[in-house]
Amino acid sequence: MPKVNSPTDLAQLQKRLKQEQKKYDATVTLCSGTGCQASGSVPVHTALCDELKKRGLSDKVLVRTTGCHGFCEHGPLMVIEPGNIFYCSLKTEHIPEIVSETVLKNRIVEQFLYEDPVSGEKIIRESDITFYHNQNRILLGMNRLVDPLNIEDYIAIGGYSALSKALTSMSPESIINEIKNARLRGRGGGGFPTAKKWETTRKAPGTMKYIICNADEGDPGAYMNRSVLEGNPHAVLEGMLIAAYAIGSEKGFIYVRTEYPLAVHHSVAAMKQAREYGFLGENILGSDFSFDLDVARGAGAFVAGESTALMAALEGQVSEPRPKDVHTAIKGYKDAPSNLNNVETLATVPLIINKGSDWFSSKGTTKSRGTKIFALTGQIKNTGLVEVEFGTPINTILQKIGGGAKNGKALKAVQIGGPSGGCIPASLFELPVDYETLADAGSMVGSGGMVVMDEGSCMVDVARYFLEFLIDESCGKCVPCRYGVPRMLEIVTDITNGRGTEEQLVLLEDLCDTVAITSLCALGKTAPNPVLTTLRYFRSEYETHVREHRCPAGVCRSLIHFVIDKYVCTGCGTCAKSCPQDAISGERKKLFHINEELCIKCGICRDECSFEAIHVQ
Amino acid sequence: METILKGRDGKSEQLIEVLQDMQAEFNYLPEDGLRLVAERLAVPPIEVFRVASFYKAFSLKPRGRHMLTVCMGTACHVRMATRLIDTIQGELEIAPGETTEDGAFTLERVNCLGCCALGPVVVLDGVYHDHMNSSKLRRLIAAAQAEDKEGKNGDAKG
Repeated sequence: MPKVNSPTDLAQLQKRLKQEQKKYDATVTLCSGTGCQASGSVPVHTALCDELKKRGLSDKVLVRTTGCHGFCEHGPLMVIEPGNIFYCSLKTEHIPEIVSETVLKNRIVEQFLYEDPVSGEKIIRESDITFYHNQNRILLGMNRLVDPLNIEDYIAIGGYSALSKALTSMSPESIINEIKNARLRGRGGGGFPTAKKWETTRKAPGTMKYIICNADEGDPGAYMNRSVLEGNPHAVLEGMLIAAYAIGSEKGFIYVRTEYPLAVHHSVAAMKQAREYGFLGENILGSDFSFDLDVARGAGAFVAGESTALMAALEGQVSEPRPKDVHTAIKGYKDAPSNLNNVETLATVPLIINKGSDWFSSKGTTKSRGTKIFALTGQIKNTGLVEVEFGTPINTILQKIGGGAKNGKALKAVQIGGPSGGCIPASLFELPVDYETLADAGSMVGSGGMVVMDEGSCMVDVARYFLEFLIDESCGKCVPCRYGVPRMLEIVTDITNGRGTEEQLVLLEDLCDTVAITSLCALGKTAPNPVLTTLRYFRSEYETHVREHRCPAGVCRSLIHFVIDKYVCTGCGTCAKSCPQDAISGERKKLFHINEELCIKCGICRDECSFEAIHVQ
Repeated sequence: METILKGRDGKSEQLIEVLQDMQAEFNYLPEDGLRLVAERLAVPPIEVFRVASFYKAFSLKPRGRHMLTVCMGTACHVRMATRLIDTIQGELEIAPGETTEDGAFTLERVNCLGCCALGPVVVLDGVYHDHMNSSKLRRLIAAAQAEDKEGKNGDAKG
């Protein structure tokens, strides 16, 4: 492998790799992110390679397995160039036809095309699909162009040239200035100005300084960090290198969740390749700058995403936060100045250095510049990763990109920002997504999870869900979080059980204030948000539970009954077979019955009944 | 254990990484192993136990041959992942964190696997299964049970 010893070496290598890629007649890109792998992309890839080999096309057609393309709902995904032809929901048996028709003859096979759910039209080009069309994928768009396990793919699209530019023509101060002018804010939650963090670490006293990439994406409903690190690990590495040079650091860590095995694998592989090519190590690109890094695996603790807790975990201790009177930028890992940035933030850095701060800051709103990746999930048609400019209205994301409600029900709310965020009601869907607007609405950009809920979701149950999550993940160090959140859960559970009182609603709000003010770290301080926003926007739902002992969405198990409609039931017995409690009995072809005493109200029978004969009351 | 501990003597900051490797190797953290780690990394045993019991990736009890992981992230929750736990409880009579008496299955609930677009998601022995529902899950469990049975018969013959 070629060791890249200077900026000239890099430029030559880039030129050669671009030339090499031109020798192929066609390129077939297959998404192999965790999402598409779950939908079966691995056997599809094998079938494709076998088919090409069989036909002697292996030298003429380049097969590239890449990270996440974002349109996860319709995986496995394939894009064929030239032509930008997009096929989705693929199976191994589709491959021979795709090779013989599209790859060889450039003919479209309609069956594999994506059908627009609104117009019913079959779409040929990836770029014409409304899901992609309405996004601005400056960061995610690169995933499709690189095999994450092949550093040369990244170099071929101009990778590491931002590092080269930084090392040859920029001083650390001018890099920090460029990031400051771009007005880049942290993508991990708080939205803290990135340049300010870098400056603090740069100016902090100490010879050993660390740069740490926070890939401990614990927020349920968010997976953009996983997809960026999995799909384009070298962009993260390049961002870290530039940050390290700006800060004056020689050592870094990528702290990644163990629940993301593919992201661990790809970041380790990227690190090794970067070392082989000379992007990590001594005198990088012939300069005086030296830097190396390690990949550390998190061991399953949501709180470890908090800066002080993360430093403790890196030191091999339990990830308990400590008071932040001295920030980790000054005193962090092993008490040395440690700069912690999110995956998405770091991957954005090379783009800013290459294209300039003006280019970046021209996107977005006055206070929130650039783009942000959101994970659009829940009861929506087009789930997946969505990258939009800040300031895009929620409705544009839900309707134009997301394609609207999944099951024909009306959308009710969207939960933004994970357990620290809040639920935005449908009446506020016109709001633009940016740091300030969402915070004013009681939610937050957070890590960018967007979980869509329709009429079938009970907002009191959603609040209960988040409280359970937070109790599960609370480290237990400080009293307000350790005892306060469980008391909140007790009250909310009483309400979902129909035992709640009006006084408890007041007490709940009071408790929210106390926990928010007195908790030690952000996990506890923001723990009340899901309760507060649901109380603020969906108070009537709480009141219906309290006053009428009724769950309008038909979710809270203590307040509902399942009944079998005697006019519709065909007596097929599917419900009885599916019941985990054996609570349903009956004779074939006759009406079946639910034994109320055994029934746990899970609703599986209703899901399984093909005749919609089971109703909630 | 020696392979895991190689080059890590006295390095207390390696504690979590060592436990990760142990968990991968033995499927749980045996007590004598933890004592050895304490000695070799020069960390007090109580600190080793504290870390081992704090993080969710570690188990102090042996786990079953099959690991059934049900994602309970928000996106999976709104798509009724709770029903999957109910299904497993009905089929295998184990609650989250428990292992079946025959040592075949361990049920684990996790707070997000990052496959949110494909929810609800179940992972069986490292293989992700998307858009799960009760009947798909029952078939998945039955298939794993059938495989076990075949394996046993094969062993007996062999």
